[in-house]
Formats: sequence, C-alpha cells, structure tokens
Amino acid sequence: MNQTLLNYILQIADNSLILGSRISEWCGHGPVLEQDIALTNIALDLIGQARSLFQYAAEVEGQGRTEDDLAYLRIAREYRNVLLVEQPNGHFGTTIARQFLFDAYHYPFYKALMNSKDETLAAIAEKSLKEVTYHLRFSSEWMIRLGDGTDESHEKVQNALYDLWPYTSELFVPSETDNSALEMGIGVDLSEVKNFWNEKVDEILKIATLEKPQDGWMQSGGKQGKHSEHLGFILAEMQYLQRTYPGQEW
Amino acid sequence: MVDITSLEKKFQERIDSEIKIEPKDWMPDAYRKTLIRQISQHAHSEIVGMLPEGNWITRAPSLRRKVALLAKIQDEAGHGLYLYSACETLGVEREDLIDQLHSGKAKYSSIFNYPSTTWADIGAIGWLVDGAAIMNQVMLCRTSYGPYSRAMVRICKEESFHQRQGYEILLTLSRGSEEQKAMLQDAVNRWWWPSLMMFGPNDKDSTHSAQSMKWKIKRKSNDELRQQFVDITVGQAKVLGITLPDPDLKWNEERGHYDFGEIDWEEFWNVVKGNGPCNRERMAARKKAAAEGQWVKDAAIAYAEKQRKRKTETSRVA
Ligand SMILES: [Fe+2]
Ligand SMILES: [Fe+2]
Repeated sequence: MNQTLLNYILQIADNSLILGSRISEWCGHGPVLEQDIALTNIALDLIGQARSLFQYAAEVEGQGRTEDDLAYLRIAREYRNVLLVEQPNGHFGTTIARQFLFDAYHYPFYKALMNSKDETLAAIAEKSLKEVTYHLRFSSEWMIRLGDGTDESHEKVQNALYDLWPYTSELFVPSETDNSALEMGIGVDLSEVKNFWNEKVDEILKIATLEKPQDGWMQSGGKQGKHSEHLGFILAEMQYLQRTYPGQEW
Repeated sequence: MVDITSLEKKFQERIDSEIKIEPKDWMPDAYRKTLIRQISQHAHSEIVGMLPEGNWITRAPSLRRKVALLAKIQDEAGHGLYLYSACETLGVEREDLIDQLHSGKAKYSSIFNYPSTTWADIGAIGWLVDGAAIMNQVMLCRTSYGPYSRAMVRICKEESFHQRQGYEILLTLSRGSEEQKAMLQDAVNRWWWPSLMMFGPNDKDSTHSAQSMKWKIKRKSNDELRQQFVDITVGQAKVLGITLPDPDLKWNEERGHYDFGEIDWEEFWNVVKGNGPCNRERMAARKKAAAEGQWVKDAAIAYAEKQRKRKTETSRVA
C-alpha cells in the first residue's frame, strides 16, 4: 500500500468533508432563499468531493474499509483538515470570508492537482475544479457586495477577515505528507498555490474596499491532527448514529 | 360600464371548459384572494418544512444519506421559490407574504410542528409527509390557475422522488437490527396520524371547500384525498413489516376502501392554533433567519445601487 498517497487523499478529503459539514449547517437558515440554495449547493459539492476521495482512499488502503468507515469512524486526532475549515459559521459574513479564503486556495490547488501522476486524483481534481470555480466566483462576489455594501456589512466582513486571518498560512505550510506527495509527483507545489492565493486575495479585497490584515502569529496544527475545540463537536454530531449503533446498514 | 355578473359568468365558463386562468385575465376578487392564501400557505409549508429535516443533516448516518437529505431539503427551498413566484403573479410581494407568516397571519402545514427525533423520522417524513403532499399536489397539477398548475407539475416530479427516498430509508431499517426496526415502528407511530391530518378537516367542516371546487382550484375533497392516501399506504406498510397505529384500520369489501379510525380533531385544531410541540421553535427559527439576514439584504441592495450610480457616471463621462 502507498501510505503517502493514502495520507494525501485523506488530507484533501477531510478539508472538503469538514467545510461541507459546516456549510450544510446553513441549510434552512440562510439569509434569503436564494442564498440558502446556493450555500447548500456548495455543501453538496464539497461532500460529493469528499465521497469520491474517501472511496478512492478506501481502495488504496485495501483493507475492506468503506467511505463511511473513513468519514465516520476515525477519532479527531486522525483528521487532517486545516483549522480554517472547522471554524464556526458565525454570521453570513464570517461564512463568506472563510469560504473565500479557502476557495482562493482550493481553486489553484485542484488546478495543479490535475497534473498529478496519479490518474484518479487528477480526474477527481478535474471534476472538482468545475465546482470550485463556481464557489470562488460566489464567495468573491459576496466579499465585494458585503465589503462595498453598507457600513454595517463592511465592518462585519472586515472583522471576520481579521478573525480568520491567523488560520490562512497553514494552507501553504507543507506537511510531511505534502512534501512526500510532491516528491513522488502526485502532489501539488503549495508555493505556486500561494502565489495565486495572494494575487486573488489582493484583487478581491481591493475591489471590496477591505483591508488586508497584517500577518501576525499564525495558527497551525490541523494537518498534523492537532485541532481546535470545534472539530470534536462536528464529529460528535456526525458520528452519533454510527457510534451508537455500530456496524449497521443505514 | 362593465357588467360584473357577465364577467363572472364568462370566468366560470372558462373554468368549466378547462381553460386555465392566466395572470392578466379578469378574475373575481375572491378567487384571487383564495389563491393568494392557498399558494402562499403552500410556499410557507415548503420553507418551514425544511426545518424538521434540516435537524438531521449534521447527524445523517452515511455520506450518501447526507447528500440525499441535503438535496431533498434544497428541493423544498426550490419549491418555496416557485410557489412564491406563482403567488407574485397575483400582485403580491414575497416580502409581504413572508411578513404574514412571521406575524402569524398566514398559516403553514401543521405537520411541520411535530419534532423529528430519530433518524427513522427522516424516512417517515419522506414516505408519509411527502406522500400525503403528493396526493394533494397531483390534484393541483390540474388546478385552474395557470402559474400554480405549472409550478405544481415541476414540484410533483421531485416530490415522488422524495417519497421513494424516504421509503427506501425505512426499507433499509426494516431489514436491519432489532433496534432499527423499533426505531422505524416508533417513527411511524408518531407520524401516521399527523399525516392523515394534513388533508385538513372533514368535508362537512371545511369552510373553503365548496367554492374552491367550483372554481376548480381544488378538484378533490379533503376526505377523498385522505382515503386515497390510506388505500395506497396500507400496502406499503405491509412491505415494511410494520403496523399502522390504528386498531380500526381494515379493508371494507363493500366500499372497496380501507376504513380507518377517527382523527383526534382536538389535537389537530390545537396544533393549527399554535399549540403543537414545535410551533414556537419553527417560527423562532424562521424569524431568526430573516432578522439575521436583513443586513445581508441591505448590503446587496446598497451595493447594487452603488454599481448603478457608477455606471451612469461613467456613461456621462463618456
Ligand atoms: Fe416540496
Ligand atoms: Fe418534498
């Protein structure tokens, strides 16, 4: 079994799963119907991506585990998502800022992953890129609307940006898995992803009349399985039925 | 001078010859009012109906189920949108309709005031609640008002998919462990009677029915639809290996229908009046979403306005 490949797939899958779960909390509670539907679309895309990736991870592992075993039956310490995606939804502006900061990473990430030597990963990346292109457009447009909307919306999204900023640099700090995957030709060079991210963030914040926060102390640990307190609660809800009634079909 | 009686006569003739009424056509005030009340109530039901199911999105037991549930609830949001649009063709604004919901002036289907407490409820809601809704909605595909009828045709296709999806959840439980079977039976016990209540009061007690039938807004009575639902559902319950919680439920050879017990009308009217287990929670959730969404709406409007001004300024310079 290719351990690097497996870890790499899980790292990508966990980001989509956890962000998808967060976004899905909006369903039924969106600010207006149209945005409720749009957010649910994003959740559906992300969880769909996670499913493809977990299915592939299960195949690579070859131990007879399923997508759900991987999504539902690991402990928090085994999840490899970045801290940014597990941060709470907050208000709509927080959700949009988190989404934008992640989409601006997700888009160039998948674009680069299309060149992976691993054909399945490349194919998943190609399919996901179409979805993420739309996510980035959606979150960019809302960053602009909120930033350049009313004084209240400007202040709200600006503060969200300050709050989330310390979670952004982790996206680009390669984990051991990132480095090995890059060496093997299956992974993505995060420094290139970072260039795109910087340009995109500068471009959109400028149009949105928002200030780019200063790089201060940055949080990290997600990729090593050292999470914030939030992940435990996400998993507690998600895993509730699987843990209460082990081994059942649903 | 236009003679109202002759307009009304022509209107009824169109309806009798199955010609759809369209937004620009003349229609009696009461017809318009009845439609606004009914379509908006229907739209509100789609939206409030997202809440009991939304309750289980984060706890769905597999990724496949999670995706299906999200997509289902998203469909309901879409139904709400189509219906609000259909209602707007009658000269009312969505915003005003939603205000009426929040002030308690407008009603929504009482079924959504019951709690969804186990995963089996998600199956039971799909099977019974969407199932009962379909009976009503299939009839409404032929309703006399064009935009309403067309919205219903789109909605019905998705509803039958929801029902199959719900039934499939229950079928899986019925083949599972003893705990899962108990969960299934318990959910059906709780959702059966409220589902029968979805068809509304008995015909003899239904205030709006006769006129609505004459205008072909409704085409079958509450009791007819309820009977149709019971007849279809009993067989499906057998396949699930469950019992329906009604000792009076039995086949009546003479009528060619199932007989069933009396609905607890006191409970029905109490839930309508706001005393159901979740009326407060449902309204609170909708009001909270609207209140917290206000600044977002304001921002979008302010931004659009700035854009419009910028455009006129650039065109003036050019
Ligand atoms: Fe619906
Ligand atoms: Fe439905």
